[in-house]
Amino acid sequence: MLLRHTPKEVTERSALTINPAKTCQPVGAMYAALGIHGCLPHSHGSQGCYAYHRSALTRHFKEPVIAATSAFTEGSSVFGGQANLLQAIDNIFTVYNPDIIAVHTTCLSETIGDDIPQIINKAKAEGKVPDGKYVIHANTPSYVGSHVTGFSTMTRAMVDYFAESSGHKTKTINLIPGYSEPSDMEEIRRIASLMGIQTIMFPDTSKVLNGPLTGKYRMFPEGGVTIPELRQAGSSMGTVALGALASGAAAKALDAKCKVPCEILDLPMGLHGTDMYVDILRRIAGVNVPDSLTLERGQLVDVISDMHQYFYGKKVALAGDPDQLLAIARFLVSIDMIPVYMVTGTPAGKKFEKTLREVVKDAPCEVKIQMPGDMFLLHQWIKQSPVDLLIGNSYLKYIAKDEDIPLVRHGFPIFDRVGHSYFPTMGYKGGLRFLEKILDAILDRKDRDATDINMELVM
Amino acid sequence: MRKIAIYGKGGIGKSTTTQNTVAGLAEMGRKVMVVGCDPKADSTRLLLGGLAQRTVLDTLRAEGEDVELEDVRKVGFSGVLCTESGGPEPGVGCAGRGIITSINLLEQLGAYAESEKLDYAFYDVLGDVVCGGFAMPIREGKAKEIYIVVSGEMMAMYAANNISKGIVKFAEAGGVRLGGLICNSRNVDFEKDMIEAFADKLGTQMIHFVPRDNIVQRAEINRKTVIEYDPKNSQAEEYRTLAKKIENNQMFVVPKPLEIEELEKMLIEHGLAT
Repeated sequence: MLLRHTPKEVTERSALTINPAKTCQPVGAMYAALGIHGCLPHSHGSQGCYAYHRSALTRHFKEPVIAATSAFTEGSSVFGGQANLLQAIDNIFTVYNPDIIAVHTTCLSETIGDDIPQIINKAKAEGKVPDGKYVIHANTPSYVGSHVTGFSTMTRAMVDYFAESSGHKTKTINLIPGYSEPSDMEEIRRIASLMGIQTIMFPDTSKVLNGPLTGKYRMFPEGGVTIPELRQAGSSMGTVALGALASGAAAKALDAKCKVPCEILDLPMGLHGTDMYVDILRRIAGVNVPDSLTLERGQLVDVISDMHQYFYGKKVALAGDPDQLLAIARFLVSIDMIPVYMVTGTPAGKKFEKTLREVVKDAPCEVKIQMPGDMFLLHQWIKQSPVDLLIGNSYLKYIAKDEDIPLVRHGFPIFDRVGHSYFPTMGYKGGLRFLEKILDAILDRKDRDATDINMELVM
Repeated sequence: MRKIAIYGKGGIGKSTTTQNTVAGLAEMGRKVMVVGCDPKADSTRLLLGGLAQRTVLDTLRAEGEDVELEDVRKVGFSGVLCTESGGPEPGVGCAGRGIITSINLLEQLGAYAESEKLDYAFYDVLGDVVCGGFAMPIREGKAKEIYIVVSGEMMAMYAANNISKGIVKFAEAGGVRLGGLICNSRNVDFEKDMIEAFADKLGTQMIHFVPRDNIVQRAEINRKTVIEYDPKNSQAEEYRTLAKKIENNQMFVVPKPLEIEELEKMLIEHGLAT
């Protein structure tokens, strides 16, 4: 009972966050940067920042996450971090030889007010950036937004630095996959290629953070979007951005810079979410939906209808990132589950909250949403009126244990399980897996709690 | 749109000069936005007829991140758009970060968007360039022109020289240039000659010599620019001239700051020691 001191009564808090449902901006920026082929993320700040961000990603993906740091000292805080970054750029290209360095800032360098583009220009002027190599940047102060903001800003930086219009449009469609797992990115692209569509996906962490163990260490794995692809993204016929918060900024920037029209959708989770995604692809590319995809869709519909009785009326508490919350809430509502409590630490704005409330407006009971909110509050709500299922990251396990509620792990971070980076929860196939996990959790609980008299082979 | 940053020693008259010049430009039919980058939030007082502005940072603190442009921007004299960054009270927090935050927010809200059809954006920046935050207005993609307000007093020139050092750093890698010195006269002996010589050494120009006149104080206590308070006064004409000179200015340089000994020598040469 590690959380036994959590009181049932909610008292108003104005400044304190307990067990936040978010993490630092640079974690997201670093994750996005790893989705560029041959990229070394660079943290412009103190060593502790970068150590934490790397370890957060390493623990989630169970892969070695590479990054460099400006290693600020007291001196850098007083005199600014320019000297450190210039030296770092020189060292990195000399020692590790990446194609590109993606610099993100930290709270400290943001407060000092280091002007990163000016420093990058200086590095270029001093010949520290070899020909054909690049340095890009994103401003990621952690006292604003969350890891989702960092991801969004770095993804947008890819557009700002590279995308260029060649004057004529290609038949390619850009995909911006949102803050999703490498497996989801793979699945998002697989669906497009099943439809015969050429795509450029950025960032793309598949084969970077879910690669094989071969016995040979590759500092820069096979996957990731390449710089020529990022350039060509400016000539694509359209962009599909998945998840407004994580992907919207990059898609809009690409539209403004290169006149590539964009569609911003929810994450393709569940039947409706994936339908929307497939439909947009079909319309932009002018193609038909192949039978193989219709088959996958049919299988998902089948499971939803076969198992509907177990979903019906179950109350769920969710903690996670806004894009995920919205997509999951839609999915749950569509199968007659009730997302009764939802919190995210990411400030997503009033408009987003309104959209989310719209999704659950027909719920048969009161729905509580707090954004930004924390897991402490979620726990208090659960203490007042319990739920049947928890969905969220590993940190929810403490609530799950104390309140004896089954937990489906989803989102970031998942430190204590594997699978998320290999098996998607997006697309029709991913929807099947997500339902499987929900069903397992609910039915295992039913088996566990049944008396001998009630126990049946099929519950 | 031309983005212009005004720097200078504290108390030299940056805000007064900026607002009067902006009033001159507005009279000429230009659309101008003033961004006050001073925690005291008094950079738009004369244009708005008092400290009527709710600062960007106060608004952000009170209302969270869902801020509308109209919450932090007011229309002042002759259609000038006025915003104030604001910042912490003296002795606490980080004013430099405040400037970064509020300029970022204004950009996000589209205050500089083409649809606003601005001819000028003026940044009125507190005192010396003491930390990275105070250099925010001259970062890449922001103000490209800087004017330093100065007088014949030694410390004012010393500060102007220091600010020039800051400009050099940003000019090396980016596009920011010094447009000139504005001499806001303190009736120091040989002031005009001295500032002209100083400007010459820095490699720039004294774009205008604004004489000292008590009408400025009277207008100030009435919360007005001279141009609004007494449009026919000769001082109003001085500010109009300055506005025209800035409008037509073609001389943009990377300054060559002086060594302190050199600066002192120059002051002695101009008879300040006797």
